[in-house]
Amino acid sequence: MTTTVAPPLATRTPSALRRSKRDWRGWAFVAPFMIVFALVFLAPLAYSIYLSLFRTQLVGGTTFVWFANYIQALTDPQFWESFGRVLLFLVVQVPIMLALALAAALAIDSARLRGASFFRITLFLPYAVPAVVAVLMWGYIYGDQFGLTANINQLVGFDLITPFAKQWMLVSIGNIVTWEFVGYNMLIFYSSLKTIPTELYEAASIDGAGTWRTVFSIKIPALRGAIVIATIFSIIGSFQLFNEPNILRPLAPNVITTYYTPNMYAYNLSFAGQQFNYAATVAIIMGIITAVIAYVVQLRGSRAEVQ
Amino acid sequence: MTAPAFARDRVGTTPLRPRRSKTLLIVMVVYAIYTLVPLVWLLVNSTKTQAGLFSSFGLWFSDDFAFWDNLVQTLTYNDGIFLRWLGNTLLYVVVGAGGATLLATLAGYGLAKYRFPGRRAVFAIVLGAVAVPGTALAVPTFLLFSQMGLTNTPWSVIIPSLISPFGLYLVWVYAADSVPTELLEAARMDGAGEFRTFFTISIRLLMPGIVTVLLFTVVATWNNYFLPLIMLSDPQWYPLTVGLNQWAAQAQGAGAQPIYNLVIMGSLLTIIPIVIAFLLLQRFWQSGLSAGSVKQ
Repeated sequence: MTTTVAPPLATRTPSALRRSKRDWRGWAFVAPFMIVFALVFLAPLAYSIYLSLFRTQLVGGTTFVWFANYIQALTDPQFWESFGRVLLFLVVQVPIMLALALAAALAIDSARLRGASFFRITLFLPYAVPAVVAVLMWGYIYGDQFGLTANINQLVGFDLITPFAKQWMLVSIGNIVTWEFVGYNMLIFYSSLKTIPTELYEAASIDGAGTWRTVFSIKIPALRGAIVIATIFSIIGSFQLFNEPNILRPLAPNVITTYYTPNMYAYNLSFAGQQFNYAATVAIIMGIITAVIAYVVQLRGSRAEVQ
Repeated sequence: MTAPAFARDRVGTTPLRPRRSKTLLIVMVVYAIYTLVPLVWLLVNSTKTQAGLFSSFGLWFSDDFAFWDNLVQTLTYNDGIFLRWLGNTLLYVVVGAGGATLLATLAGYGLAKYRFPGRRAVFAIVLGAVAVPGTALAVPTFLLFSQMGLTNTPWSVIIPSLISPFGLYLVWVYAADSVPTELLEAARMDGAGEFRTFFTISIRLLMPGIVTVLLFTVVATWNNYFLPLIMLSDPQWYPLTVGLNQWAAQAQGAGAQPIYNLVIMGSLLTIIPIVIAFLLLQRFWQSGLSAGSVKQ
C-alpha cells in the first residue's frame, strides 16, 4: 500500500501500518452500511441488468433475448427524443445555474457586499423546499387561472407570457430547477472559497492585485475542484430529470408527453405499460451514459488541476 | 494538513477593500427577490379562499382573510389525512434519516480510522455507485421489493433512505482530520474496546460532521418524492410530498374537485419545519460543509 486514493492516510502512524496486516476490526463499522448498500444498490443493479436481457410477451412468455432490448432502445425515436431534450436542458440550464451560483458565491465572499450572511441564507432557502412544493408553487404562478402569469397577461391585455406553451416548457422547467439549486451550488463554491488561506490574499494585495485580478488568479483556480463536483452533480441531475416535468404534466398534458425525459419514459413504461424489461434497459443505458460523462468531466477537471 | 476550518478560527472572506459596492448590492437584492417571490406568493395566497384566489392579485391579499379557516380545513380534510401524512413523513425522516446518519457515521469512521482487508474495494464500490443515477435503480428496486413483499409498507421507503454515500464521504473526510489516531491508541492502551472508544470519545469529536450529515439526510427524506411515489399505492402510507401532489391532481380531469387553497396551505405547512430546522442549525451545516470541502 504505497499509493492511495484517499486523503485520510496522513494521520496514520507507522505503528498503525504495521499492525494493519490482518486487522478486520474496521469491518465492524463498515459492515452495517455495506449490507444495506448491497440490498438497495447492488442487488437492484444486478437485477436490472438481468431484466434487460429478457423479454416478456403475451405469446411465449419470458425469453432470453440477449441484447435485443438494447438494440430496440437505441433505435427507438421516443428514447432519442427524450434524450435530446435532457441533453439540450443540460447544455443550457447547467451553465446558467452554475454561473449564477459562482457569481453569488464570489459576491458573498467578496467583503464588498452589505448583508452577506442574509444573502447566503436567502439564496440557500429553496434547497430546503421539497421539489413537489417548488413545482406546485411555480406551476400555480405559471398558471393562467390565478397565477402571476394571469395577472401580467391581464395587465397587458394579451397573452404575453405562456409558460406552458410547447416552445417555452423547457425554459419553464429550467427556471424551476435553477430556482431550486442555485443556492445549493453557491454553498459548495462558498465553502470552498472559505478554505483559501488568508495569506494568499495578503500577498496578492501587496503585489497590487485588484478585486478582479484576485477573482481570476486566486479564487477561480482554487474553486476548480468544487466546480468539477458541482458540474458532475448537475449532469446527473439533468439526465435524471423527472420530478419537475412529472408534477407539471397534469397542467400541460399535451406538451409534456409520457416520454418527455428518459426517466419519465422508463417510469411510464414500467408503471403504465408494464414493460419492465424495456424500462430497465432504458434506465441502464441512461446510467451508462451518465457515468461515462461524469467520469470524463472528472478526468478533464483533475487533469487541468495537475497542469 | 491543516485542521478543518471550524467555527470562527478563520473567517474566509477576502480581508481586502472593505468598501461596499452598491452595484453588487442591487444585483444581489434582485436575485434575492427572485428567490423569495414564490415563497411570498405561497404565504400571501395561503390567506385566501378558493374564490379569493381567482379574484385577487397574486402578490397581495384579497378581501377575505381565510388563513385560519384554510389551516383547519387542511388538517381536517378527508378525516385528517394530512396529519396522517405528516406522521408518515416524520416516521420516514426519523428512522430513515436517523438510520442513514448512523450507518454513514459508522462506515465513514471505519474507513478513515482502520486499515482492513477490502477497504479499497469498499471505497471504489461506494464511489462508483454514486455515479449510477439513483432513479435508474428505482424500477428494479420496486420489482425486487415487490417480490419480497415490502412494497406498500413503510419499509419500502425507509430501507432505501438508509444509504447516503454523500454522508459517508463527509464523515470519512471529517473523521480523518478531527479524530487523532494517537487518541485512539491511548484509549486502546487503557483497554477500551473499539465501540466503546467510538461511542465515548470519537462521536463527540465527530459531532459537527454528524449534524451536517443528519441535516442533509433529513432534507433528502423529508423531500423524497420519487421513491414513495413508486413504492406506495395506499394513501394511508403516503408522505406529505406524494399526498400533496395527489391533492393537486384532484383539480384535473373528469369530476375534478379542485382544492387549491388546501394544496397551498399544505405546501406552506410542509416547508415550515424544514426551513426552521435549517435556520436553527445553520452554524453546524456551514462549518461541516466547509470541512468537507477542504479536501475537494
